[in-house]
Amino acid sequence: MRTGRDVVVPTGTANLASVLAAFRRIGVTLEIDNSPGAVGAARRLVVPGVGAFGAAMSELRRLRLVEPIEKRIRAGQPTLAICVGMQILAGHSEESPDTRGIGVIEDEVARYERDLIVPQLAWSQVIPGPESNLIEPGWGYFANSYRLGTIPQGWAGSTAIYGKPFVAAIEKGDVLACQFHPELSGEWGSDLLQRWAALS
Amino acid sequence: MRPVTRIVPCLDIKDGRIVKGVNFQNLVDMGEPAIRAASYQDQGADEIVLLDVSATPEGRAHGIDTVKEVREMLSIPLTVGGGIRTESDASRLLEAGADKVAINTAAVGNPSLVASLASTFGSQCTVVAVDAKRVAADWRVVVESGTKVTPLSVAQWVADIEVEGAGEILLTSWDRDGTSLGYDLELLEAVTSAVSIPVVASGGAANSGHLIAGVDAGASAVLVASMLHSSRTTVDALKRDMIEAGIEVRPC
Repeated sequence: MRTGRDVVVPTGTANLASVLAAFRRIGVTLEIDNSPGAVGAARRLVVPGVGAFGAAMSELRRLRLVEPIEKRIRAGQPTLAICVGMQILAGHSEESPDTRGIGVIEDEVARYERDLIVPQLAWSQVIPGPESNLIEPGWGYFANSYRLGTIPQGWAGSTAIYGKPFVAAIEKGDVLACQFHPELSGEWGSDLLQRWAALS
Repeated sequence: MRPVTRIVPCLDIKDGRIVKGVNFQNLVDMGEPAIRAASYQDQGADEIVLLDVSATPEGRAHGIDTVKEVREMLSIPLTVGGGIRTESDASRLLEAGADKVAINTAAVGNPSLVASLASTFGSQCTVVAVDAKRVAADWRVVVESGTKVTPLSVAQWVADIEVEGAGEILLTSWDRDGTSLGYDLELLEAVTSAVSIPVVASGGAANSGHLIAGVDAGASAVLVASMLHSSRTTVDALKRDMIEAGIEVRPC
């Protein structure tokens, strides 16, 4: 049952305040709640970026949130995953080889090539894929050392280029997962949050 | 391939107001941080840095309020530095709305602080501000607002903090800061060739030519202050010049 609440999961994320402020600017008040019930029942759920893949997963496991998040994503319920929040949808990451991710996509998250300046702390042009519904052409702000190299099967993907093309965002149903930070991507990011919030 | 270059306006804050002076002396009031930050964002700034130059207990309380006010206005990244000595200092600033924290003096006394911030908040959030001063043929790390020259060689120090987990270096030339002579390009080259994390050039830039030279010397981002605060130029004008010089930036 949907309660009508909009929930953000506080997984010790470094920039929760920025996410909250970005949603306030589009008129959405996010409630901070890490209970499995609230996460499962939320009208909209935001899973923001946290430090490392392994740390993010152990926090979600400790809070018993893996299952409700996985359920929402498989059902295509309104869920926004940001940065590491997107990466943990994968089964594995080179960043934390011993940690199993949520695994709704099987592709592995890998580090950028060694000859690049890493982390990428930069804006990059986001190119929507032909199937993209929410992502429009524009510039997103990225803060990452690891990324998905190919668009997972069954998802509409958008790409950006750093050295080689990588996955900037994936969408399916009302699920949007972004490698960039929409909350830090200026008006373009704000417009994207608005389109996602309008889905539900 | 280099990342897309960022132009990063820097606001030096004292007691909730923007200040700027030569080598942080003769501070002049340049107005309210939130209003300035929003105006630079509108001009096309890629990130804003707030440095709390008065890291006194009173200054720190003001600092938190300033971070909150600026965050409400900003939909671009916000980096905050000054007076961070512990993980909980960093945590307070992040909770107030910073996306990245910059540590300086405390890192020099305790490099493991860099590692602990990186493991708690991630490298992408952990900036180390390195203040450099030329001593004979080398550069030394200076601390406590440039008043104390340490025995640390800058090239060695930046390599060490990269290993500790720093995600970015904010490199300020203490010889050039406030002089309008341009960045210390030799210093920039020495540092950018010693590490593979992004380096933000700071200290001495007064025009777009200085910024372009800084990028050519390896900077991933360029810090600008006085030339914007004095309204001599705007971020979009600087970006136009950079595009003309063949540097990739986010269009305004």
